[in-house]
Parts: sequence; structure tokens; C-alpha cells
Amino acid sequence: MSTEIENLKTYDPFAEADEDSGKTKQTQEYIHIRIQQRNGRKTLTTVQGIPSKFDHKKILKVIKKEFACNGTIISDTEMGEVIQLQGDQRTKIKEFLTDKENGLGLDDKTIKVHGF
Amino acid sequence: MSTEEPSLQRRASRKSVAFTDEKLVVDADGSVTMVASPNDDKETAMSHTPRTPPLSAALGAFTDAASQALAAAPAEDADGLDLSLLKKKKKKVKVETAEGDDEAPAAAEEGIDLSLKKKKKKKVAKDDDDFAKKLEKLNIEGKEGEDDAAESEEQEGDWEKGTGIWQHNESKTANYSPLLGRFFALLSQKNPDHASTGTRSYKIPPPQCLREGNKKTIFANLAEICKRMKRADEHVTAYLFAELGTSGSVDGSRRLVIKGRFQQKQIENVLRTYIIEYVTCKTCRSPNTELSKGENRLYFITCNSCGSRRSVQAIKTGFSAQVGKRRKNKA
Repeated sequence: MSTEIENLKTYDPFAEADEDSGKTKQTQEYIHIRIQQRNGRKTLTTVQGIPSKFDHKKILKVIKKEFACNGTIISDTEMGEVIQLQGDQRTKIKEFLTDKENGLGLDDKTIKVHGF
Repeated sequence: MSTEEPSLQRRASRKSVAFTDEKLVVDADGSVTMVASPNDDKETAMSHTPRTPPLSAALGAFTDAASQALAAAPAEDADGLDLSLLKKKKKKVKVETAEGDDEAPAAAEEGIDLSLKKKKKKKVAKDDDDFAKKLEKLNIEGKEGEDDAAESEEQEGDWEKGTGIWQHNESKTANYSPLLGRFFALLSQKNPDHASTGTRSYKIPPPQCLREGNKKTIFANLAEICKRMKRADEHVTAYLFAELGTSGSVDGSRRLVIKGRFQQKQIENVLRTYIIEYVTCKTCRSPNTELSKGENRLYFITCNSCGSRRSVQAIKTGFSAQVGKRRKNKA
């Protein structure tokens, strides 16, 4: 008919709260994917916080080949090792990080994509 | 017929509160959707109806007719339906007949009418003041209930005036669907703000981006947006800079100057994430919240509508690579 009755909506008021607490329970080890503008229309993508159980060098080697871009590993004093790639590789790197077969197979929730 | 769409339309007419080409809609269930503004479909609709009177005139006639005699209103319905259903040629004939004798074609159309009501309502709801819209909506709803009745049991009459089945001394039991229609019509009539709270969506003015020179972007209406979100300018700017990975400053007239080239759309996206993270209440999805610094350096969002309180992360810049090496080394 016309309007829905508010009380009859089928959503669980507790579901969201549970989900939220689950997120915070997960350690704060987020992987941040950021983008930076360079001169002109060029950009840099930085990936910060990849767990140390992975070999960063090897990851970079694979990524460079797969994304056809250059990149380096920068060891920052605060942030640890950061992978820096040329160009906007945010969606690609996210896919790579979450891919179970030929990626790292990480959880989607631990990855935060920043930027516009 | 959901109330969501007309309400969207209603908001759309207010340009200052919605993003121009697409709008940020934070639904009641928290999902943020981008809704393309329906301007184009209106245009097409207008172009398809050269014969029909102007919308405002039609609306006036419609409300008149609906409140006094129902005879004319179904004719209007037939008009609205014609746009999408029938071919142009046929339509012309239809309109004429509809004007000539009142109820005959309308009755024929009624079955299809119901399904198309939504579309039509949208169109009519577009440009007029709220009151007329509400009145018109009520009429549609009341009439719809009637249509149902006419279809099933020939229960006719206007509940507003107490005719037909709605007569005071009527002993026949009224059917369910007209009763339901009457209920909802009365409900929205008695509490006009009820419907709006049910389908609330949060709108902020679109960010105005100007280019200063080649490498800087001016975000002109930051103060206005912040005021609307009830957040401190500094907090928003800090978030913007952290997300965009740049720096900037505030100029004399409180405009934000961001280093780097950014388009309005990009800024919009960042604002969207900001609203999700720092403005909307996670419990009740209301944007009516306050950000305050609680004890031990944590920021808390306190919801003004449900009273919940949650902590939010502080804005962190994170790693930023060196861009423009030479200049930085010099400094």
C-alpha cells in the first residue's frame, strides 16, 4: 500500500551492534591504501601495514609485474615498511590483497582504502 | 507505492541542500546511496505531453476536483497514464474523450492505473509547495482505496465526505483495502511529519570547488558544510587532508585551499566517508549528533536523537611519501 509501518520492518536492532563490536575486537592492524597526487595527473599509491609475516620484497616483485608499474619499499621509522607504487593502483592492490588464490587472501575488513 | 521516492523528489527541488548531479542519501538503514536526480525524466515527460496543461495548472485543477467531485480526477489519471502507456496518437483522442465525458474512460483505465500511480505521483509531486503536494497525495491515496473497492466489490464513496460505503449509517462491512487506504491517508494527514521521519535522508550542500592556479583547489563552502554537519572546521579539514594526502590552508574568507587538483566529485566522496564515519549515529543512523572530546583524549559521538555514545578514531595522517624531493630538501 502506501506507507510502511515502522514497527514491522524486518531488521534486527542488535545485528548492527554485534557487527560493530566484532570490528573493534579485531586488532587495529589495518592495512591502509592511500593515494597521493604528484605533479600533473600522476599519482602514487602507498600501502601501509602489510603484516610482517609476508615477504614485502616478494610481494612487490609480483605486484610490479602484475600491475605493470614501478614501485619501491620504503622503511619508515613510524609506519614500518611501506610499499609505494606508481600510479593509482588502489583497486588493483585491494583485489590482490584479498584474493585467495594468487594474492594474500586477507580479510576485506582489515583493508582501508583512503583517498577520493 | 513507497513514500521514499516522492520525498526524494521533494528534496531535489531544493538545490541548496542536495548535491547537484547526484545526491548523497544516507538511508534509515545506514546505507549510503547515490541517487541520480530525476531532472531528465521530468524533461522527457514534459516533452511528451504537449497537449496537457502546465503542471501547476493541472495540479490546481486536480486538487480542486479531487476535493469536490471525484469525477474529474480520474480523467487526470488517464492523462498521466497516457504518457507512458499509450502511443501519442491514441493519447490525444483519450484526452479529449476524458474531458468530454467524465467517468467512462477513467473507469476503463483504472486497473492499469494502480500500477502506474507511483510514476504519476512523482511527476505531480515535483514542483509545488509541500502543502499542495500533501493534499494531492492524500487525494490519490483516498482515491486509490476507492479504486480498489470499485474493482472488487463496487464499494464506492468518499470517506472524506462520508458518502457511499463511508456513510455513517452504512451497515455493510467495508472492504479491507479501502479501509487500509483510509487508515494510511488519515495517518499521514494527522501527522504530516511522520512520513518524513520514516524516510529521512541527509543532505548537505554540494562542495564548491574552484581551481586556483594550476596546482591548488579552493573548497569554497567548507564553512557552510561544516555548519550543517555541526562539526568544527578544523576537524573536517584535518580529515580531508589526511584522506587526500595533501596539505593546505584556510584563506581570508574561510575558504579552504587544498594543494593538488581535485574535482568536486572527489571531494564529495571524501565528505561522504566523513559523514559515515564522524556524523551519522551508528545505532539509529541519525545525523543529529555531536562530536566531543571526552576524557583521556578520545573523541566521542553523542547522538541527540537516541542518546547513544560511541568513540571514534582520531584522524591519523599515516604515511605520506615525499613528493617534490628537491623543494623539500631545500626547506
